[in-house]
Amino acid sequence: MAMIKLENVNKYFGDLHVLKNVNLEVKEGEKLVIIGPSGSGKSTTVRCMNYLETPSSGHVYINGHLLTAANKTRVIRENASMVFQQFNLYPHMTVLKNLTLAPTKLHHKSKKEAEELAYHYLEVVGLKDKAHVYPSTLSGGQQQRIAIARALCCESRIILFDEPTSALDPETIQEVLDVMIKLAKENITMVVVTHEMGFARQVADRIVFMADGEIIEEGTPDHFFNNPESDRVRQFLGKIIR
Amino acid sequence: MSGLLSARAWNKIWVYRGTFILGLGNTLKTAAIALLLALFLGIVFGLMATSNKKILKTISRVYVEVIQNTPILLQMCFLYYALAFSGHSPGIIITGILALGIYTGAYMAEVIRAGIEAVPRGQFEAAGAQGFSYISMMFYIIIPQSIKVILPPMTNTIVNMIKNTSCLYIVGGADLLSLTYSFVTGENTGGSYAPAYIVCGVIFFIICFPLSTIASTWENTLKKRERRSVLNKV
Ligand SMILES: Nc1ncnc2c1ncn2[C@@H]1O[C@H](COP(=O)(O)OP(=O)(O)OP(=O)(O)O)[C@@H](O)[C@H]1O
Ligand SMILES: [Mg+2]
Repeated sequence: MAMIKLENVNKYFGDLHVLKNVNLEVKEGEKLVIIGPSGSGKSTTVRCMNYLETPSSGHVYINGHLLTAANKTRVIRENASMVFQQFNLYPHMTVLKNLTLAPTKLHHKSKKEAEELAYHYLEVVGLKDKAHVYPSTLSGGQQQRIAIARALCCESRIILFDEPTSALDPETIQEVLDVMIKLAKENITMVVVTHEMGFARQVADRIVFMADGEIIEEGTPDHFFNNPESDRVRQFLGKIIR
Repeated sequence: MSGLLSARAWNKIWVYRGTFILGLGNTLKTAAIALLLALFLGIVFGLMATSNKKILKTISRVYVEVIQNTPILLQMCFLYYALAFSGHSPGIIITGILALGIYTGAYMAEVIRAGIEAVPRGQFEAAGAQGFSYISMMFYIIIPQSIKVILPPMTNTIVNMIKNTSCLYIVGGADLLSLTYSFVTGENTGGSYAPAYIVCGVIFFIICFPLSTIASTWENTLKKRERRSVLNKV
């Protein structure tokens, strides 16, 4: 069964037609990478998957549930997490509190259970010693690893990543990618918007190329990097890989 | 300046000091209860204004604009006579509390709206992506971050409300200014205009000045902290 399914999804911002009849299925445990030029609708696509944007028309299914305005909070809480370009950690809470807030308030975990979970995932991202500091004292790379740990603490089957390394200094990008590569070994369904072609090549089961709000081409990394069909993909890869 | 330098006039105020204390008590009581009402209305309408439901936004907007664009004296008269004519006049104290609370609530709603809007979009998105409902997102994530933006203007709004108790004078209130006025025009007590108004003003000042000072100190610390964090980012 598809873990995520977009069915004839259209999105307008005013008169701007940003997503044009997008159809996309992501299988359980699949690692899907979305690439494409700026403004092509990559963010809007992943944001429709957890209803941060409501599609203008079409349907979104998460783990078999048709998302609606009425059930989105519950379905998303139970199935999906997100990692943002700007980290979006809660600045008024320590790292530990950032990690335990949703488990205790939304997932009925005791404080002790939630903290054990938090320490476990802090270990996974290699930041166990930062439990009691505030996010603003951390580097961008560290903040993003904490944001990944926060997503993991919800134990969602789906994690959406919207350009998780685009706001980082070049020297900290790899530490975040390494964590994501480690994650990719788990059975988590991952959808990743990124410009990191090395990561895409290494981790993706499937790559989707978007332009002007449409999916132009999709395939395995091998297909994509070695013999893409469309000129637009070739042009894009030519520019980005050099 | 009737009696400004007259010992007799000042003495009369000392003798009738109970009047001023009574007025002060009424003003503070009215202000305190009206503040609770204003906070309640401010939170409800402030949250409505920042929700993404158009109808709630509109209702909140209408309330705020109507209250902020008509004189408070008119609102007091209207409420007082409307209630009186409807047959269940709740008395001047309750009328005062209602009128002040509704009036100040509109300003509170704006203060709370601005505070919530000062929190970056990403915080709402992170909370939404974790599956927080609107109310728990506000409670755990948004309000704690906006409270430092909200407190200084909220304190200023409270200061204005304390001063605005004096508007109750128009419907025959028993607040500090109304009682001062009765005192200077009273048959037995009359005449000591200048000393009486000075005393009344000093009392208002003693209550309001510390509050405004706290508010502007908070505001300055906030500005300094912001400047520092901008510098850190550069
Ligand atoms: N909230 C919004 N209001 C209006 N227009 C928007 C909004 N969000 C996105 N857009 C527009 O929709 C189009 C697609 O945006 P989107 O962010 O999905 O692109 P993207 O592929 O993620 O680009 P980038 O690589 O720059 O992040 C762009 O033209 C953008 O300007
Ligand atoms: Mg984007």
